[in-house]
Amino acid sequence: MTERSFMRRLTSGLVPAVPYLWLGVFFLVPFLIVLKISLSDPAVAQPPYRPVFDWSDVAGFFGALDLENFEMLTQDDLYLRATISSVRIAAVSTLLLLLVGFPIAYGMARAPERYRSLLVALVILPFWTSFLIRIYAWIAILKPEGLLTQALMALGLISEPLDILNTEAAVYIGIVYAYLPFMVLPLYATLEKMDDTLLEAALDLGSTPWRSFWTITVPLAMPGIVAGSLLCFIPAVGEFVIPDLLGGSETLMIGRQLWSEFFSNRDWPLASAVAILLLIILVVPIVIYRDVEARRVEARP
Amino acid sequence: MGKPWRRQLFLRPEHPRLPGSLSLSGEVQSNCLLPENPLPSAPFAAPSPPWSDPGAVPLIRVENVTKRFGEAVAVDHLSLNIFEGEFFCLLGPSGCGKTTLMRMLAGFEMPTEGTITLAGQNLAGVPPYRRPVNMMFQSYALFPHMSVEKNIAFGLKQDGMPKDQIADRVGEMLRLVQLEKLAKRYPSQLSGGQRQRVALARALAKKPKVLLLDEPLGALDKKLREETQFELMDIQHELGMTFVVVTHDQEEAMTMADRIAVMDHGRIVQVATPGEIYEQPKTRFIAEFVGDVNILEGHVMGQENGLWRVKTASADVPLTIDDPDEVLHSGQAVAIAVRPEKMVIQRDPPGPGAINVLTGEVWDIGYLGDWTVYRVKLATGEIVRVTRANASRFVENPIDWDEQVYVTFAPDAAVILAE
Repeated sequence: MTERSFMRRLTSGLVPAVPYLWLGVFFLVPFLIVLKISLSDPAVAQPPYRPVFDWSDVAGFFGALDLENFEMLTQDDLYLRATISSVRIAAVSTLLLLLVGFPIAYGMARAPERYRSLLVALVILPFWTSFLIRIYAWIAILKPEGLLTQALMALGLISEPLDILNTEAAVYIGIVYAYLPFMVLPLYATLEKMDDTLLEAALDLGSTPWRSFWTITVPLAMPGIVAGSLLCFIPAVGEFVIPDLLGGSETLMIGRQLWSEFFSNRDWPLASAVAILLLIILVVPIVIYRDVEARRVEARP
Repeated sequence: MGKPWRRQLFLRPEHPRLPGSLSLSGEVQSNCLLPENPLPSAPFAAPSPPWSDPGAVPLIRVENVTKRFGEAVAVDHLSLNIFEGEFFCLLGPSGCGKTTLMRMLAGFEMPTEGTITLAGQNLAGVPPYRRPVNMMFQSYALFPHMSVEKNIAFGLKQDGMPKDQIADRVGEMLRLVQLEKLAKRYPSQLSGGQRQRVALARALAKKPKVLLLDEPLGALDKKLREETQFELMDIQHELGMTFVVVTHDQEEAMTMADRIAVMDHGRIVQVATPGEIYEQPKTRFIAEFVGDVNILEGHVMGQENGLWRVKTASADVPLTIDDPDEVLHSGQAVAIAVRPEKMVIQRDPPGPGAINVLTGEVWDIGYLGDWTVYRVKLATGEIVRVTRANASRFVENPIDWDEQVYVTFAPDAAVILAE
């Protein structure tokens, strides 16, 4: 009896701990390792950094850690430019995703109920193919003699081949295409729950459909807009594959920088410092969002 | 402001039969609403209501309107006039088309055929946001992301009203519905009754020509509903606005409305004052839908002294019914409708020559506090429902279960419904 209740208490105490356990093992521990490497010095050795943790000399180990790599990040403006460029590309992409995703989600939420689950399935369908293959496919579409140019020339809309591949425009196309489900699904979830009579009430009170959209639909869809934007913005800032394949050498993004420090230069400590920087950039919007959300909830429980 | 006419009980239309041409046995009480003295038309009579004035111009004119959703006909060739200042009720069972009719008035649906005019303006193609009509929704449809104040101000803002005027009007509306203290709250922080008031204030804020109310009290509990009914009537009286209410609750309609339109299968069955609907229902559907009623089936035998004699299996002696407006022929099958409160139940046999006597045995007794309901089983197996007001706290020797009883009613307590 007592043992059973103890077991029950143990399990009921453990269940809420599961996400923390997960985060601890797969986020916090790796984060600490990366943080430690970022404070180390590069070395031509295996592993390629110094100092390596050693129980016999803990004080010496901590003494050898320093902020050199972070200084390096501030001194070379390449990293600053890459960061700004990443944030800009991610922000513009998120905006484009909202513009493309909102009508899709709205249309889905307005579709007859029996079609809705099918539409949701269709939105997720691209995931059945490898992400990498789908991005490669865009090369075939966007390259100067690619499908897009052929189609537009056949229609007589352009006379010169389009030079989109290896530009930022191609990166935007790639990000919007690849991330669209992450924008559409949270938007759909909030829009689908919305009470249609609210819109009718707004119309009834003299608000045109366009104004009702901005005064009723958009504010009520805000949780979905924020969730979708975060789901797209955060991975887009650190995106490596899309700018690497579609953006050419001109497109500067922090994710690519990280990659080249890590694999080309084999400078693990500097790459780790870039990773920590990236993390800080991404944590800031999440904290702001949580703060706003908490205040909103406080305002109307 | 206020409305120029007064709500009245149902008065029997004038008819040629001489009063008192039939002497009733003593036990039978008269439930006739006719005043003791013949009613003089002057000097205290209020101006006659617009619906009985052939020259009056209606505010809302529904002309031969049909609304189809695919194959289904929601509203079927319906015509209706609603006058300025009226408290008008659309009453009917669910699916009778009353909500569709209201949504057509609001502009959320357009008629498939026919026209609706409001103050002379044809509303065809006019979107909801350009109609001088506001609606209070059944679900209230309060904007959850706006405070009470902002909800009420919403419609005024759309009109581009200056800010200080909006604040004044919002204050006025909050006072009207007694919610001044809750102006800054959000809908989720309000009780059901408070939300209902916000919805009302928001719909009234623009002072529309017509206020549409879709089941306005449906979500409230009984006590609150009753209070709110009277409040709605007071507000309507104070503002002199035209109210059109959709409801399936006949009690609500009876309490509030100047006139009721009873709808069934997309058509209007009867439009009349609550008193007339209750006391002079046109059809069996209305008699049964509005209030409780006992229906006795029979055949017309003929007319004597302006009173109809109807043969029915339920009574040994043919019934005598005072319903002079009916045009009937001998042998015609009819239904006699008698309200339970207009029947008298007694243990002692009525005197010889008594009319309209049904005999049976008490099957059930329901004590409701204010009323007692007796269900009396007749020899035919029919159950007749008789109610008696519990006018005193104690009754000596009350009628008990299984007792043999006599149920009587006055000739003018019954209505003949031709089938």
